[in-house]
Amino acid sequence: MGMNDLLKQLTEVAGVSGDENDVRRLIRDLIVDHVDEWSVDTMGNLLATRRGTGQYDLRVLVDAHMDEVGLIVTDIDSSGMLSFVSIGGFDDRALLGKIVRVGPNGVVGVIGARAVHLLKAGEMSKVVRQDAMRIDIGARSKESAGGKVKVGDRAAFVTEYEELEGGRAAIGKAFDNRAGCAALIELLRGERYPFDIIAAFSVQEEVGLRGARVASAGVRPDVALVLECTPAYDQPKEGDVSSNVVMGKGVSVYVMDAGTIQDPRLVAHVMATADAHGIPYQVRQPGGGGTNTGAIQRAGAGIPAATLAVPGRYAHTPSLMISLDDYENMIRLADAVLRGLTPDTLRRE
Amino acid sequence: METFDLLKKLSEAPGPTGDERGIAAVVEEVWRPFVDQVIADRVGSLVGIKRGIGPDDRPRPSVLLAAHQDELGLMVTRIVEYQGSGFLRVINLGGVDRRQLMGQTAVVHGVRPLTGVLGTLPDAYLPPKKRGQSITWDELILDVGLPADQLRDLVSVGDFVTFRQSLRRLQNGRVTGKALDNRASLAAVTICLEQLQERRHSWDVIAVATAQEEETFLGAYTSAYSRRPDAAIVIDVSHAKGPGANDSDLAELGGGPILDIGVNVHPGLYKALCEAAGSIEMSIQTGVHGRASGTDAYAIQITGGGIPTGLVSIPLRYMHTMVETADLNDIERVGRLLAETIARMDDDFLPGIRDELMRPRNGEESNQAKD
Repeated sequence: MGMNDLLKQLTEVAGVSGDENDVRRLIRDLIVDHVDEWSVDTMGNLLATRRGTGQYDLRVLVDAHMDEVGLIVTDIDSSGMLSFVSIGGFDDRALLGKIVRVGPNGVVGVIGARAVHLLKAGEMSKVVRQDAMRIDIGARSKESAGGKVKVGDRAAFVTEYEELEGGRAAIGKAFDNRAGCAALIELLRGERYPFDIIAAFSVQEEVGLRGARVASAGVRPDVALVLECTPAYDQPKEGDVSSNVVMGKGVSVYVMDAGTIQDPRLVAHVMATADAHGIPYQVRQPGGGGTNTGAIQRAGAGIPAATLAVPGRYAHTPSLMISLDDYENMIRLADAVLRGLTPDTLRRE
Repeated sequence: METFDLLKKLSEAPGPTGDERGIAAVVEEVWRPFVDQVIADRVGSLVGIKRGIGPDDRPRPSVLLAAHQDELGLMVTRIVEYQGSGFLRVINLGGVDRRQLMGQTAVVHGVRPLTGVLGTLPDAYLPPKKRGQSITWDELILDVGLPADQLRDLVSVGDFVTFRQSLRRLQNGRVTGKALDNRASLAAVTICLEQLQERRHSWDVIAVATAQEEETFLGAYTSAYSRRPDAAIVIDVSHAKGPGANDSDLAELGGGPILDIGVNVHPGLYKALCEAAGSIEMSIQTGVHGRASGTDAYAIQITGGGIPTGLVSIPLRYMHTMVETADLNDIERVGRLLAETIARMDDDFLPGIRDELMRPRNGEESNQAKD
């Protein structure tokens, strides 16, 4: 079987929150032949409509955020080194020694700090914080760096998409949430639904669900489905802490997180649909974290919403890992959930 | 070959300290056109010999160029199962900067090579006493995305793990990648051998890509013992100034070869390297070490009856990480300096460096022993 080209293209393109241009243009090209109309709103959300058969009078929003965590250049010092802060939650422990592409021209840089040999006793156990790190693009001075990059440029990580041997695992950057974007693109390319689907490839999820809030207020759907990649912490750990989700064990269905209690009617519909179709799923352990559902649910007069996610290990580092089974099952489940959706699904008993 | 392409080939080859077969094959390929003989020795070093045109009536003197070919790596210590998935615990081979590993990809060389991600839990999920600190080997895992039963069939405790990184260009002829310590030096030795094709040199040149420098200097001790050279020059990397490392005693990236003074270096070899640089008007930097240079010079100097040894270093940022950064100019200059130094070695060279040990201080009476 060939490599999943959609996941490869989507994970390798840059789109750090607030500068989603490259990923936005890529997605537009990937969907333009499959949607009836598309537009970009003032935030930068890419909105696309795929008309339905007209059987039901429903407007359904399907959201997948397209931004990713990354860095933004805050200063260029006299030796041409770039200071930065992170955009979106990023684990400082995962920054050192990584390669980034800076700015619209993708200038290659490395994140460096003092070499291990030069540390004083005790320094090895300390986490190097991002204010002590610099991006080194090989410039010799502020002037020579300034010709290539500028303050405010975003820096995205460089990890090539790769499907691992022997199993169904794939690694790459930004599966959070290009996995959701890829799934949404697959839905748009499928058969028409009984109602109109408005796809929102939303911006700025990683900095506070900001794009989805505006997108959903503008679209004013009757119901929303959010497609995500949720961190999987299913690694060996001390003591018995049950994992939130397990990679490879099915689509992660959200019930509750830090920002929402998901619409119980939709959650029931999702689970019943999965059971009926024999699609593996797991309830994401309720607790912290959040998705665009947190913004969509309380936009405008309120929008019933549910979230499906692909479990992704090593979230918010340059190299994530997902199971392609989970990814494909999310597409199947989202498709079945949408095809089974009727106005009755949302009727209050 | 363009220096970038040469270095890319060398840098990307696997050769963890203790299993240098991958890199040795690449070194053999790039050296073979420039040497008369290639020998893979019994402990993993690769030797290339280029004969000089010196006197036929007695054995030609020889200079050994040593650049270690091994790189940092990891080794599998345990296979751990969690909820059906298999994970590998690993330990360092050489002085790996473990602070840099999270989110890095690596290859475990099991029954067949398997790619995986080095990761750990978010800080908040670690036991309280481990939080707020850099990762230790206890928390780090290598995840190749396989169920535990499949993983056990493919990987064993003791398997080698190598890092993966393409060599990439930065601005101003600078490059970044893995194992530039010490593949940058292997590139410089290759450039030297190539330049010697066009130069007359009377001494034999014994180029050695040594094994296991990062742990024990094994290849340096053993190759110097077997080859018994009359002199040796070690080529390695040395810290360059960079972010968080602007100490005045560190070298400048792009500032040219670093010639070392210190206990592992014979003053005569230091002087010969300085004079060779002066003769081609090459700018150099001076490095200083105290008790030990941390290079193959430490071993070669005391092998057999002792070998006069010099040390040339290439400035390098972020040593022992996967983003080691060097300047191609420095590498080329080291190659040229080595060729120049070798071309200048003649019958007077050995007496000359011996005299250097008895040279009177300024203003002192000569107290030189008479023959």
